[in-house]
Amino acid sequence: MDGRDKPGHDEFIRHGPDKIMLELIVISTLNGVLYGMLLFLMASGLTVIFSMLGVLNFAHASFYMLGAFFGFQISRWFGFWPGLIVAPILAGAIGAAVERYGLRRVHKNGHVAELLFTFGLAFAIEEIVSIIWGKVPVDYRTPELLDFPAFTIFSTNYPAYKMFMLAVSVVIFLGLLVALKKTRIGLIVQAALTHPHMVAHLGHNVERIFMLVFGVGTALAAVAGVIAGPSLVTQSNMAALVGPILFVVVVVGGLGSLPGAFIASLLIGLLQTFAVSINGSLGSVFGPLGPELAQSWLSDIWNVSVAQVAPIMPYLLLVLILIFRPMGLLGTRES
Amino acid sequence: MRRLLAAVIALPLLGSAAMAQDTVKFGYIDPLSGGGASVGEGGLKTFQYLADEINAQGGILGKKVEIVPLDNKTNPQESLIQAQKAIDSGVRYVTQGNGSAVAGALSDFVTKFNERNPGKEVLYFNYAAVDPILTNDKCSFWHFRWDANSDIKMEALTNYMKDQPSIKKVYLINQDYSFGQSVRTTARAMLAKKRPDIQIVGDELHPLLKITDFAPYIAKIKASGADTVVTGNWGQDIALLLKAAADAGLKVNWYTYYAGGAGGPTAIKQAGLDHQVFQITEGFANVQNKASQDFEKAFRAKVGLSLWYPRAVNEMRMFKAAAEKAKSLDPVKVAQALEGMKYEVLDGGEGFMRKEDHQFFQPIYISSFGTIPAGQFDEENTGWGWKEVAKVDTDKTVIPTTCKMDRP
Repeated sequence: MDGRDKPGHDEFIRHGPDKIMLELIVISTLNGVLYGMLLFLMASGLTVIFSMLGVLNFAHASFYMLGAFFGFQISRWFGFWPGLIVAPILAGAIGAAVERYGLRRVHKNGHVAELLFTFGLAFAIEEIVSIIWGKVPVDYRTPELLDFPAFTIFSTNYPAYKMFMLAVSVVIFLGLLVALKKTRIGLIVQAALTHPHMVAHLGHNVERIFMLVFGVGTALAAVAGVIAGPSLVTQSNMAALVGPILFVVVVVGGLGSLPGAFIASLLIGLLQTFAVSINGSLGSVFGPLGPELAQSWLSDIWNVSVAQVAPIMPYLLLVLILIFRPMGLLGTRES
Repeated sequence: MRRLLAAVIALPLLGSAAMAQDTVKFGYIDPLSGGGASVGEGGLKTFQYLADEINAQGGILGKKVEIVPLDNKTNPQESLIQAQKAIDSGVRYVTQGNGSAVAGALSDFVTKFNERNPGKEVLYFNYAAVDPILTNDKCSFWHFRWDANSDIKMEALTNYMKDQPSIKKVYLINQDYSFGQSVRTTARAMLAKKRPDIQIVGDELHPLLKITDFAPYIAKIKASGADTVVTGNWGQDIALLLKAAADAGLKVNWYTYYAGGAGGPTAIKQAGLDHQVFQITEGFANVQNKASQDFEKAFRAKVGLSLWYPRAVNEMRMFKAAAEKAKSLDPVKVAQALEGMKYEVLDGGEGFMRKEDHQFFQPIYISSFGTIPAGQFDEENTGWGWKEVAKVDTDKTVIPTTCKMDRP
């Protein structure tokens, strides 16, 4: 302990509070956008499947997990980069097979059966993953090529790998946009989003489109898994951690609306990240108006800080949206 | 064919029934899945190693020790189900460490169970849950704790911190449950008393074992201008916190309870925080003591991990000593033998199990992580290791208790 141990303090004096605040905002925005883009990669597939098949795919986040574990295994054998390509293809193929040989048969028995099918599938995948890879986090490393700070804002490093995650999500987002707007398949998918029955009546092979959409949707979730795996924690409960948030994204964004899912993803990403950095509580905002509340039975709620409730913010948003705008932000239909 | 099948199924059942006669079943109730799994698995391997060690020396009173692993998912409710399951299968001794919320539930459960089932008592050995309440207001005759409780650790940590004039702004970040809240409250109170000039610039509670990316929290610590962070985080919550700090290049001093847990050392090395991360433990690999160093060497060679729970070694060895002193494996007699027992701990020095509250007192060490002289133990192949910065002898760790114990 010899005087070199107070860099944080020096920092504060050198830059002053304004720049520190700016730094917090910039870093939080980056983190929030990154988290939002990851959510979008997963939610885009989910929302398209939801609107076309009318099935809320409970197993969607499981494909995110499969992507991460496939990526990990392939990175062990051949390195990270082959994993980035192969893992999503594998997961997508499994997704397509699930649709072709599972969902399509169950479909005859109605929506409840489909829902239960995906629900059971999620548990099955989790168990299989923990049998193969164990329940302890696996050591999925960021590739050495990207293991350095990309840039420094004031004094905070931003890891290159996170920039890479951001870049991959943006590229895929743009690719998806082009595919939907410019290709024939994309047009049919778009039509099927809003008028699924009409598309079927027009004689398109709706079944094959469903399979394709399911495959691509799950592959996108797997891409998110491959790139998020090394940065977050790759373990057998990772699907259960993001699963509920995905449904929030889909509902908030609006059924069948990709732009809606995009906005909702970013919104939730930023909401959660910024909520963490706010210290205020009800007590600190309204304290002077009702000082007696600080000591009453309400004191728990009164004194809890925004940062502490950050994890439940998305669900609060979900409840509010369902009450005030059931079709979601950009949704066009209610069911 | 069907008969063969029946025989195959019956065989292991009969086998285990026969085995039960000459084994002591020891239930290990800790997370083996979810966010706490990495520490839970490490603990399990440690207890299995210790059971093997005891069995190689002829077991306890001629009986082999069998560790029964039970996954509680760091969940109090699940722990009680697992405890009941263990008891039904003949377990009379359970051990648990991760999560004071779990420990509180287990201690209650065991106490009630023993009231209702005289003659079938179960003992609960706590090797890591450090919420002070377990040996104070909520103490139980059936609960024994081998780790120094949170107040003892914070007392020692703040005694060291008060002599570090460079500490000016402290940030507290802890897990949002009984233990984390107790760390933050004690840290605030003790720092205010010992170093009133220190400013607390942040006081964060985050969800337990649910966060996968601490980057937003690190950005906030950075913005607060803190020069020092104090945290009781454990498991992935400390490893990921340090990892995010390393990624962001946050340069502060860390005063922690558990920075040495799986993943922690790697992150500290990556962040380049040479001897700027401190932890407080009852022992570490480089303590200058032949017995513990020999143990460490043998443990690493066989298990492939560094010893993270010297207290588990003390627990199992004292269990054996107590049973031999009582000449019985009856939990009530073992408990009575443990009370007040003096014991030479693994890392050297004498500890004792205080009769009033069943808290074990032992020498504790503050160590820092960084470059070490050649030939010493490193961690996680980083080339860096733990170095002693302060030692607190047993008599200096003794603090009063409010425990009023009901004895059988």
